[in-house]
Amino acid sequence: MTSLLNNLRECFPEQIRAVEETAPGQFTVLLDGPDATEMARHLMSGYQARLVTVFAEDRVQVEGVFYLYYVFDRPGDPSWLILKASVAAENPTFPSLAAEFPAVNWQEREIQDWFGLEAVGHPNPRRVALHDNWPDVHPLRKDFPLDTVLPPFEGERHVYRPAHGEGVFHIPVGPVHAGIIEPGHFDFAVAGEPILYLQLRMFYTHKGTEKLFENLPIQRAVFLAESISGDSAFSHGTAFCRAIEQASGIEVPARAQFQRTILLELERIVNHISDAGAIANDVGFVIANAHAGRVREILLGLCETLTGSRMLRGMVAPGGVRRDWQRTQVEAIEKTLKVVQREFRDLVAMLQSSNSTRERLQRTGILRAEKASMLGVVGVAGRASGVDLDLRRDHPYEAYRHLPFRVPVYQAGDVRHRLLVRIDEVSESIQMVRAAVTQLPDGPHRAPTQPIPPDRCAIGAVEGWRGEIVHWVHTGYGNCLERCKVKDPSLNNWPAIVEAVEGNIIADFPVINKSFNLSYSGTDR
Amino acid sequence: MFKILQKSISIGTVTAEYPRVAPHLAEQFRGRLEFDFAAWSDARPAADVCPTGAIAIHDCDGVRQVTVDYGRCIFCGECEQASADGAVRMTKQFELAVTDRRDLVITAEYALQADGHHGELLSFSSGPIAEEPGKRIEAAIHKLLGRSLAIRQVDAGSCNGCEQEIVALNNPVHDIERFGIRFVASPRHADMLLVTGPVTRNMELALRKTWAATPDPKVVVAVGACGISGGIFGTNYASLGGVDAVIPVDVYIPGCPPRPEALLHGILLALGLVRQRMGTHPRG
Ligand code: SF4
Repeated sequence: MTSLLNNLRECFPEQIRAVEETAPGQFTVLLDGPDATEMARHLMSGYQARLVTVFAEDRVQVEGVFYLYYVFDRPGDPSWLILKASVAAENPTFPSLAAEFPAVNWQEREIQDWFGLEAVGHPNPRRVALHDNWPDVHPLRKDFPLDTVLPPFEGERHVYRPAHGEGVFHIPVGPVHAGIIEPGHFDFAVAGEPILYLQLRMFYTHKGTEKLFENLPIQRAVFLAESISGDSAFSHGTAFCRAIEQASGIEVPARAQFQRTILLELERIVNHISDAGAIANDVGFVIANAHAGRVREILLGLCETLTGSRMLRGMVAPGGVRRDWQRTQVEAIEKTLKVVQREFRDLVAMLQSSNSTRERLQRTGILRAEKASMLGVVGVAGRASGVDLDLRRDHPYEAYRHLPFRVPVYQAGDVRHRLLVRIDEVSESIQMVRAAVTQLPDGPHRAPTQPIPPDRCAIGAVEGWRGEIVHWVHTGYGNCLERCKVKDPSLNNWPAIVEAVEGNIIADFPVINKSFNLSYSGTDR
Repeated sequence: MFKILQKSISIGTVTAEYPRVAPHLAEQFRGRLEFDFAAWSDARPAADVCPTGAIAIHDCDGVRQVTVDYGRCIFCGECEQASADGAVRMTKQFELAVTDRRDLVITAEYALQADGHHGELLSFSSGPIAEEPGKRIEAAIHKLLGRSLAIRQVDAGSCNGCEQEIVALNNPVHDIERFGIRFVASPRHADMLLVTGPVTRNMELALRKTWAATPDPKVVVAVGACGISGGIFGTNYASLGGVDAVIPVDVYIPGCPPRPEALLHGILLALGLVRQRMGTHPRG
């Protein structure tokens, strides 16, 4: 990182105001003015850097400016690089990068919606987070009170692009769907059976989460983090706690690091197994789903034994975990995994024995590797399409550096390979949990609580089962938060579904969607 | 195919027998809070740590009123840990569904000492005892059951945690179909709406429309802390709070999320209401 920072200083002597290691391994480069585009290009072309996320913060009342944060990482380097650009309150605009780097398309539009900063040159500057029928408000500005009562909404929620041509028509679906799933609106333009294009309307479950974090006591904020995406409660909670720990220099005891790792991997195993079942179910293989559901119950019983909650809630805390484990609890892990491993092997054999299942999954919903990397797709969906990223390996945290594991990567990018990534990862995770149990150190499970210093900023990043979860916090006074930015892996992956469904028949949409299994609530917050 | 059959046969019956038989709960499971009001020397530490405001205190004229709202509680256990006197305890009770929102709120009043500790316990309300234990409800329903019950699930803004447990009702362990209950795709075919929250501004209209499309007589069940009260999200510019802020609710199921047996308990309770209403309001 040092040579990279020196290079930036050489290439952009005028533009860099300060460089600071704001948290261990997190380097912030403060820029003069709002334009980070040249430096971003330089980093991405010269250093193969990846633009992980872009977000804003309102500091107008304190410093007279908004800040934009561009978070980068690059292959082979576990540190994070953050460009911090300032936007004057009098001229609330910034140059858009979305035309060159479509991965930030939605994120820049979010900045427009939440903060009222215009992304100049954005190829599609329409609203994304606020529906069209919302009044002209910018909820993440500090002068917008959390409890603002908005007037009744009027007008269209969203205007979809029309479909033209003979035999072309629209099929609107949602926001309430047929199954037990989260709400969102899909507008399909079809010609007969094949899908010409899909338009998405998300943010139906927007519940003001990032605004709620502001001024929230940090101890309570952990529970809000657990409610960002209910199937990833532990991963989101841990990402949040890690951000707090990085910001305030809290050392997590070794035992707690292993405990967290075990629970993170259990969350992955549970969700991957139920997804395997659900994917099979969507192509009519009902028995496989029933078996997956049964195995899932076995695992949830273990989760309850380890945390008191089937969904792993109320366990993670800044500085470690809330409850220590007795010997019997630790023994339950090995006992359960033995059963789960056997049952999972049977489930996989069952899935592979069915030719018809294979046929339906193969070459269905292809997300090409170039598209995936262009859109910044992460997690399971990325690894099935050649995107070789995994925070557990690339930015090791908790106990991961002590555990051997393989990161499965495929190129084909179809439903079948998204399923294969999950299957491979379950096997890896079972081994990792076993290894972590044998290495589980003694000692405290939580660092003593200490006051959190104000005005510190840090990233906490966790590879959730779905993909990369990034939290960024700015601490405030009195153990409260100034701001917490949340990036769920789903945000970058939704536009990838649009690509993956094109040309597929509409009857295959459910299984394609399920193979991504993105979080609506994580996206909408 | 043969292998699959063999597998299915070798597993045998896995279905749990709740409510006839109590479910297996991990020793660590956190269910309803229990208070020893007489022994509670200070409610402030509990109220301070409670992430949702489920425990609230109000001091006025030398009297402290403590309110506990099971409709906001996310069963995190922080209050138990914070209360040094051992007066707050998590139990394993999970059958918490009620038909009256007020039954989820309990209060206690203390004379207040100068240092903020509790003096004499002046009064208290005993709180939500499961209106009907699952066992009794089921017996009653067996008598009433003439046809199956159709549920339409509506996610009006949840984090998807409640949906995880609702989906589990369909797995072979909880197998809700053994009661003749099934989930349907359209509100037009539904007897019951099972709604999770908080209700977001963006889902308000869809929820109202779904409710309007469900034929009478219908029963609405609000699921989870967020569905009951808005939970940790409360009400804000984007959240309207609990389901009953938008449509009338008949049964409330506490939890974060409620475990499948807790959901079943609430659904069976609601089923009783459906039966009653069917009698007075037959469908043509
Ligand atoms: S268990 Fe319930 S009442 Fe106690 S602190 Fe947690 S949310 Fe509040």
